[in-house]
Amino acid sequence: MLRGAWREIRYYPSAVFGLIIIILFVAVSIYTVITIPYSEAIRLWRGGEEVWGDTPRLAAPVWYNFLREQKLPLTIRMSSTDEGVQHHQEQAADNLWIHDVIYTFDFPYDEFPQDLGVFLQAQFEEKAPYVSLVLERPDGEEIRIEDLSVQGGRQVFLVSQSEDLHRRLGLPEGVETVVGLFAEDAQAEEPVPLKGTYVLRIEGTLFEPESTITSKLVVYGKVHGWAGTDHLRRDLSVALLWGAPVALSFGLLAAVGTTVTTMIIAAVGVWYGGWVDSIIQRITEVNMVLPVLPILIMIGVFWNRSLAIMLVAIVLLSIFGAGIKTNRAIFLQVKSLPYIEAARSYGASDLRIIFLYMIPRIIPTIIPSLVLGIPSFVFLEASLAVLGLGDPVLPTWGKVINDARVNGALLQGYFYWILQPSFALMVTGIAFAMLGFSLDRIFNPRLREL
Amino acid sequence: MAEEATLPAVTQEVPSEEPRRGVPTWQRVLRYTVVRTIMLLITVVVGVYLTVLIANMGGYVDEIRRGQIREQVALRLQNDPAYRALPQEERQARMEAEIRVAEKRLGLDKPFIVRSFMFLKEALTLDLGRAENMTSDSGSRQVRLIILERLPATLLLFGTSALLIFFLALFVSLYLSRNYGSFLDRLFVSLSPLSSAPGWFYGVFLIAIFAAWLKILPFGGMISTPPPETRGEYILDLGKHLILPVTAQILTSLFIGVYSWRTFFLIYSSEDYVEMAKAKGLPPRAIERRYILRATLPTIVTSFALTLIAVWLGQIIFETVFNWPGLGRTYYQAIGVFDTAVIVGITVLYAYLLAITVFLLDIIYAIVDPRVDVGGVQSAT
Repeated sequence: MLRGAWREIRYYPSAVFGLIIIILFVAVSIYTVITIPYSEAIRLWRGGEEVWGDTPRLAAPVWYNFLREQKLPLTIRMSSTDEGVQHHQEQAADNLWIHDVIYTFDFPYDEFPQDLGVFLQAQFEEKAPYVSLVLERPDGEEIRIEDLSVQGGRQVFLVSQSEDLHRRLGLPEGVETVVGLFAEDAQAEEPVPLKGTYVLRIEGTLFEPESTITSKLVVYGKVHGWAGTDHLRRDLSVALLWGAPVALSFGLLAAVGTTVTTMIIAAVGVWYGGWVDSIIQRITEVNMVLPVLPILIMIGVFWNRSLAIMLVAIVLLSIFGAGIKTNRAIFLQVKSLPYIEAARSYGASDLRIIFLYMIPRIIPTIIPSLVLGIPSFVFLEASLAVLGLGDPVLPTWGKVINDARVNGALLQGYFYWILQPSFALMVTGIAFAMLGFSLDRIFNPRLREL
Repeated sequence: MAEEATLPAVTQEVPSEEPRRGVPTWQRVLRYTVVRTIMLLITVVVGVYLTVLIANMGGYVDEIRRGQIREQVALRLQNDPAYRALPQEERQARMEAEIRVAEKRLGLDKPFIVRSFMFLKEALTLDLGRAENMTSDSGSRQVRLIILERLPATLLLFGTSALLIFFLALFVSLYLSRNYGSFLDRLFVSLSPLSSAPGWFYGVFLIAIFAAWLKILPFGGMISTPPPETRGEYILDLGKHLILPVTAQILTSLFIGVYSWRTFFLIYSSEDYVEMAKAKGLPPRAIERRYILRATLPTIVTSFALTLIAVWLGQIIFETVFNWPGLGRTYYQAIGVFDTAVIVGITVLYAYLLAITVFLLDIIYAIVDPRVDVGGVQSAT
């Protein structure tokens, strides 16, 4: 029967479509787990400024540029150890060395960058090196951005945080400082960026022979990666990719756990009958009207919100569900079939009859409900995440939606932030539902005529 | 939760015994109702007891409370000059005595298992205590008042969506079963997988489209600020705020409902007695009403009960997404500020609301299904 069913699936376009998407998702999940191992994913997602410092905040996905006439800038990132970055070193006096680093970059975009940052690291014994940042614009103008001493061996300079520079550029209130650096005319109604080759000079002055400076220039863009970034500068592609294996395994484990246990309990109830059956029936009736979601929420709030705990709780609360009733009706029919009678007459044990004769008989009919169960569990996980009760460690689709919602992604127009994970959830859910509905028609022939 | 998306079983209930003849309807319904009421009460008790256990972390919270009391008493006594003048041993004895009094006042002297049943009684009688951080709009700290204040908003949203879903699904599915195989029929069947996503999910999309992008409907909330002055405008404004949440609720519940109900109608319309009625020359409307709708109604009521349970539970996230000032959003806020009393209170209320919903549908079920008697309880729900 099972083999025949697999052959039959071909005639259901929605089943084929659903199956293809599911296979695709499984492939993506496997790819993700191999290329971004668990520990790496956690590092990328929870690493802090160390990991996310180079990426822009709330940047749109790169594919936004395909849809736009006005191209948004990508992030330009250069380091003093890169090839193509010019160095200029000389000794100016006793105990005075000059080390200039010259970053040359093209800026061909139609919008302003988000910010400009210089990360400095210095090694010295006593006297910290002194650094001047100078920007040469394509029109020949030179802007002295900042002079600073690399105190503590580590300094980060962000243009957006320099009120002094904003004042020196004579920018009106409300105009970002970085606009003053890149605009053709910063005083215009709507300033446009000046395209061309910019040069950022880091003029270092060292006071010790062994002293060194390494630096990094980041011109933060407004698009990043294929998925964009969130309010913490995290690359959303990590969460979107890792959401797939998490959602698939969570949905699958919960659905299999629930369906299989439900089936066994229903079979046991029907086989033994009497008080066993009626207790199971009563528990089911009670359980079906329990406020499952509030109970799950309370477990999340008061105990633990890791996915594993949630999985166990969800399975426990779902075992005695509507499935018991459906399975029971079928098992009642199976129990009265002659081959069960025959098994009983040659002395087969109760367990043998339940597990080897009754359960295999109804496996085809529970496959559709298993497949249909997966999306509802996937969405349940997302629902908990949207309430702020997502797994504390793992990146999941639901958690991204929650972050986006809480930070007003829709109000402020960061549609990619909330729509990408929603879309992923929806495609997964609908793929499983389509396959499940078709399987339902294949395995329950009574529906097929309709 | 798994049953949300599954198609309700098409297996027909086989009554375990022949329905007894001659028992009047009211007696049958009454007996059935009593049995169901007892079952539902047990459900509420179990749900509330689970709530109590979880909220107290199986007794762990008591340990925390004891620690707090010890600390408070020690602090208070240390600021008391008379106490400091006492010798060491007497001080110790005095402190222990004060701690015992304080514990007794909170009932901490009894073991947790006893206390858990006291909590159960309090919760069941809706004696929900005082909130830790939250207040009602009128400024009260009574959990009961906080909840009661939010209940109308929730009932408005829930009632509107439930009624709309029921009648829309009924009429559409009747229409589709009449036009079986038509384009609309096939469209609804192929759209039924949409129901695998919960309501809040469509809410996000709807808000993105109609509020953020087209800017024609509000992002959320129940009433604009400041609220409109005249009554007519007020109702209009309320309606405008209802459109998106109700649409989202319908999107998630309608298609699966229509699909399964239409299937029931089709199954029942191929029964012999329907053919017989057709042969007698009865008008199609009469056949539909008397032979198809009447026979399917119990099944439909049962499947609608499952839908309503799902809608109730979805309400928490739903109101949060739509910023609807009802119970669900209060629940979410209570989670945010970790207000145990409010969380427990609303969970208890949910247990009651679910039971009441099912109870009402059970009565309807008993009235519409002539097979139901106490023996038939097993085949109900």
